Amino acid sequence: MTRRTRLRLFLVSAAVLAVVVLAGFGELPAFGHPGATFGAVLNALSVPQRHITDVVTAVNFTYRGVDTLAEEFIFFAAVTAVVLLLAPGDDEHADHASDAATGRWVPQTSDAVRVLALALVGPTILFGLYIVAHGHLTPGGGFQGGVVLATGVLLVYLAGEYTHLHGLYPDTVVEGIELGGASAFVVIGLIGLAVGGTFLATWGPLGQVGQLNSAGNVPLLNVSVGAEIGAGFVLLLSAFLRQTIVLRRHPPANASGSA
Amino acid sequence: MSVLAYGVAAWLLFVGLWGIVQSRNLVHLVICLAVVQAATYVLLVAIGYRAGAVAPVFAVRLGTVAVDPVVQALCLTDVVVGTTVTALLLALVVQIHKRTGSLDPDSLRDLGE
Amino acid sequence: MNVLLGTALILVAAAGTVVVVLRDPLRQALAVSMFGILLGIVFFAVQAPDVALSEIVVGAVALPLMILLALAKIRGGVQ
Repeated sequence: MTRRTRLRLFLVSAAVLAVVVLAGFGELPAFGHPGATFGAVLNALSVPQRHITDVVTAVNFTYRGVDTLAEEFIFFAAVTAVVLLLAPGDDEHADHASDAATGRWVPQTSDAVRVLALALVGPTILFGLYIVAHGHLTPGGGFQGGVVLATGVLLVYLAGEYTHLHGLYPDTVVEGIELGGASAFVVIGLIGLAVGGTFLATWGPLGQVGQLNSAGNVPLLNVSVGAEIGAGFVLLLSAFLRQTIVLRRHPPANASGSA
Repeated sequence: MSVLAYGVAAWLLFVGLWGIVQSRNLVHLVICLAVVQAATYVLLVAIGYRAGAVAPVFAVRLGTVAVDPVVQALCLTDVVVGTTVTALLLALVVQIHKRTGSLDPDSLRDLGE
Repeated sequence: MNVLLGTALILVAAAGTVVVVLRDPLRQALAVSMFGILLGIVFFAVQAPDVALSEIVVGAVALPLMILLALAKIRGGVQ
């Protein structure tokens, strides 16, 4: 189908979709007045029942914990697929790491960038750990904290060279952390099955509201999710960086190939 | 205000779809897909909003009326995982460029050689 | 608060249009970063700090980074 045909077909189907969308949006409650919702029940129950002050974390890890497990596995599968897709091809080999596309002059990284990145690595990783640990008290949790941790690792690359990143965070260790995070979530859920009768039931001391070691197994779940998301993003960055910086492509020596 | 909030979500949806359909560059196409995903986030969070309410974090004020936390929980995981799927699509684009040398969606006809 | 929310929503719609209309993926990467920050402001105004934190960290940092790395690989080319 030619491009023009495709565009005309899109306009027709977009018109139909617009009618459906407008009809659907017309039936939504007015913005700001949603009426009675399940969320209002959870807002009232979360603190007395689970001792969690951040209700969004309570929904993610206790009331709807299975959805988070599924999302985590989507993430795991996507990271695995990216690492597989960007694996070195048959006609690529690893050169020394040079931060340049072939034939283009790249200026040296300025000292200001290096100093600033180096100074920010520690606070960023500390901030990421803080967000992961306080997920059940204030806005935060494993997902956001994991990405902040991965940003801290990226700052290591900005402050130095790719070899520093690869030396400090070798792929086997990072993959092990990601696998550990994913399986820890499942193991905690299975312990909940053994103790409470349902998968991901809350076990452990509920503690006092507002303390760091409250809310049973939710801080453990936050840590496992944070580890997996952080390690997964580092693997993603690593795969892309390796393709860009290290691997150089050479056309195959003989097309018809002497075996 | 209703019209504005839901209208922005619908606008982002259609603008993103238009960008995908008439794109001539695969990377541009993947980024327009990210815009379509943002439309769903805006819609979800707008549905849960309650006028005059506070965020659903009760560290200080227990008992005040708060917005809906369930849709926020959906959005939160969605944002992170959606970016990972976008990364997967970008890895596919990189491989397509390596194999065929072009980034034009219209030239990806005969893949079964 | 309503003025902030209304302005942020309009800016988000404009930023989304800019992201789609730009042709060059390199410029789109920066536009996506700005789009992520504006979305974060919308989420803050709708009393959703968790989602805003997620969107700022991911949409303004991780997504433009991966776009730039993919572009760098594509323009690296064959030796």
